[in-house]
Amino acid sequence: MRVNWELRGNRLFLYLSGELDHHAAHQALVEVSAALDEHMPLHCVLDMSGLTFMDSSGIAVVLGTYRRLKSYGGELVVARAPNHAAKLLTMAGVDRIVPIGAVVQK
Amino acid sequence: MNIINEMKLEFLSRSANEALARSAVSQFAAQLDPTLEELGDIKTSVSEAVTNAVVHAYPDKLGQVLLRARILEGGILEVTVRDKGVGIEDIGQARSPLYTTGGEERSGMGFTIMESFMDTLRVRSAPGRGTTVAMRKRVMPRLLR
Repeated sequence: MRVNWELRGNRLFLYLSGELDHHAAHQALVEVSAALDEHMPLHCVLDMSGLTFMDSSGIAVVLGTYRRLKSYGGELVVARAPNHAAKLLTMAGVDRIVPIGAVVQK
Repeated sequence: MNIINEMKLEFLSRSANEALARSAVSQFAAQLDPTLEELGDIKTSVSEAVTNAVVHAYPDKLGQVLLRARILEGGILEVTVRDKGVGIEDIGQARSPLYTTGGEERSGMGFTIMESFMDTLRVRSAPGRGTTVAMRKRVMPRLLR
């Protein structure tokens, strides 16, 4: 599991890659939170295209990221989620509060 | 129902073993020639069941987790995850969507995902004695798809 980030203007891109399970989720949230706290972006794109596996732990990571952004008025979108991850996020109703799979302007 | 093949895996309730468990079942299930989507559903369900044992069964120590996978007649994969941990007081509550005792880092969707991705899910638990989760999924032969 890796978390990379890139700041473009006031938009923070977070790239998740590898296997996002319970074992990886804690560290992923720590790294995501550190990047958010440092930059406090108004817009954040969580790019999931590099994930080779995700279980319900990924739902908690997306919700945790959403809550952290929302606490200071930031917005989150999930981009390029693999079908499998999108299916899980939709099953949990996350798509009702965070847009999923939106095309992102580079 | 006739057992065509069987494997067992026993490991400590360390989170590092979640990946081992789902990979082992995925390799084992490959002989049924599942689609990538079916394999993804199976891996996720195994991951959820094993994560439950890791997170909830042994709250302040490590314990044994027993995983058994079988291929039954008719192209059915059966996976059983068993622990000898604290057990579940109220299985109905534990199975309901978004219910969790795992805090902010858990979503409470584990059982809902297993129910949705597998054909059947049975949960048996006794407080203080442990929990067994048994799930089955029929993998359609490719010729019939």
